[in-house]
Amino acid sequence: MNPILRYEWGMIDQKTIQQIAKLSRLEVNDDQAQLFSEQMSIVLNYFEQISKVQTIGVEPMITPTEIENFWRDDLVVKENSSEDMLNNAPARTGNLFKVPPVVG
Amino acid sequence: MDLLKSSFKEITEAVQLKKMSAKEVTQFFLKRSEQIDKKLNSFVIMNEKAIQQAEQIDQKIAHGEVVGPLAGVPFGIKDMLCTKGLRTTAGSKILENFIPPYDSTVVKKLKNAGVVVLGKLNQDEFAMGSSNETSYFGPVKNPWDLTRVPGGSSGGSAAAQAARLTAGTIGTDTGGSIRQPASFCGIVGVKPTYGRVSRYGIIAYASSLDQAGPMVSSVEDAALCLEVICGHDQMDSTTSQKSVPPFSKNLNPNIKGMKIGLIKEFMSGGLDPDVQKTVQNAIDELKKMGAEIVEISISLTDQAVPVYYLVAASEASSNLARYDGVKYGHRAHFESLASLELDEFYSKTRGEGFGPEVQRRIMLGTYCLSSGYYDAYYNKAGQVRRLMKNQYDEAFQKCDVILSPVTTSPAFKIGDRISDPLAMYLNDIFTVSTNLAGLPGMSLPFGFSSEKLPIGIQLTSSHFDEQRMLNVALALENVSSAKGALPNV
Repeated sequence: MNPILRYEWGMIDQKTIQQIAKLSRLEVNDDQAQLFSEQMSIVLNYFEQISKVQTIGVEPMITPTEIENFWRDDLVVKENSSEDMLNNAPARTGNLFKVPPVVG
Repeated sequence: MDLLKSSFKEITEAVQLKKMSAKEVTQFFLKRSEQIDKKLNSFVIMNEKAIQQAEQIDQKIAHGEVVGPLAGVPFGIKDMLCTKGLRTTAGSKILENFIPPYDSTVVKKLKNAGVVVLGKLNQDEFAMGSSNETSYFGPVKNPWDLTRVPGGSSGGSAAAQAARLTAGTIGTDTGGSIRQPASFCGIVGVKPTYGRVSRYGIIAYASSLDQAGPMVSSVEDAALCLEVICGHDQMDSTTSQKSVPPFSKNLNPNIKGMKIGLIKEFMSGGLDPDVQKTVQNAIDELKKMGAEIVEISISLTDQAVPVYYLVAASEASSNLARYDGVKYGHRAHFESLASLELDEFYSKTRGEGFGPEVQRRIMLGTYCLSSGYYDAYYNKAGQVRRLMKNQYDEAFQKCDVILSPVTTSPAFKIGDRISDPLAMYLNDIFTVSTNLAGLPGMSLPFGFSSEKLPIGIQLTSSHFDEQRMLNVALALENVSSAKGALPNV
């Protein structure tokens, strides 16, 4: 079972904030966690009202208008050079992005 | 020609008839920005190639070549839209040095139509905010009162246009980010139907809600701009294949017999008296013009803010996962990458790169999508969203266009609400349901508060029926006391 489940609606303590921050890949210090915990508790507490709306059997809406399938030929189009795309890289070696070790 | 008041048509005609060059028009607006924008902070960066772009249009005209319908009209572009070779930041530190290798479809279409890009406009970080105070590049000031916010998230677009630092601007609207600042600054702002305008090259916040649209000085300019930017794009599969009507040609202020809906739940209590009076004036004018006023009910409007923030935050947490410090954007400084844990690399980079409001929404979204909470938050919000859209569908059986306030009050003071996220979210009560239902909506300046702050009214129509909404707006614009008003900056 997910450990987050222990908490009730609108009760986001600092430990939970740190857990969410970890899932979100965000480094959050203790002061920030304290503030986020207070703010998110107030916000989620207010949002709880949606639980009172009767929604049995209602299909959740994920996009607001009907999307028609659009087909096009699968053609290779040259739009940008690899140099264009690598230009914004924070760190690179030749034609490669430089990153920390990914496989241990 | 008075460029402080000229319409797109007037500018383009003057440029085409060589009464004024595109270069002169561009220089006029650049100079105005240079003089005034220190007070407003509406531009994040100016386009060094603006004059060059204008000269190219002049050359085409000199050679007798065909130019687009907006030839020589200078625009400011919200910094959410990618501009090839021109820095695009989304108001964030994480994209502080990002130079897009391509143009967003909207910008491409504008350029093809002859628009000159003056520069990029300030905004709330990743369009997350209602006051333009979350921008990494500092808050934008409202040109009507420099101690007040211009609204958000397209605050730079609204402030620049209201002060006429631009002939036109583009904003984006996820929960009211075009309409609310347009109302606070006294300009016309249109959020088209979801799927009308391509999102290709627009930095994603909440993909099922985001739409770009014009923030301009008149209904006619809005209609002209919509004609240029709307339409199917094979780079965005959510764009509609429906044909785009010639909105500006079809403009017709005769609204006799049209049914205007008033949402019962929006009209009861909590409204600033000046806002209430402005909406009432609009109702009275519409009646005089022969429109029929019908009361409608969207009982789920009280759920709109929670549903909106749950959906938007969830989508944002997924969309913003791409900022990982690898391919582009900010990367935290590390002495060595060799012994670094990948998670630490990501967390430090993202913790430094995103501001507090963006972090809050990413975490809110992550929480809502986490296993065990998905059903109670994200799924539930999607269900209520459908019920809300159904209520709008029913309402549009009884009326053609809905009239409502844009906000509960005129522009508030800088600093007033920024430390209270819930108070800030509740600002959006009248605008978010339009996005949730995918409807077109717009804000039209229709009056002033006792403190001489602009107040807009909101019009909403059914899916892909922007024309009727624009027609009602034109009818009201013709009698609006706020028409053509300029702030004294």
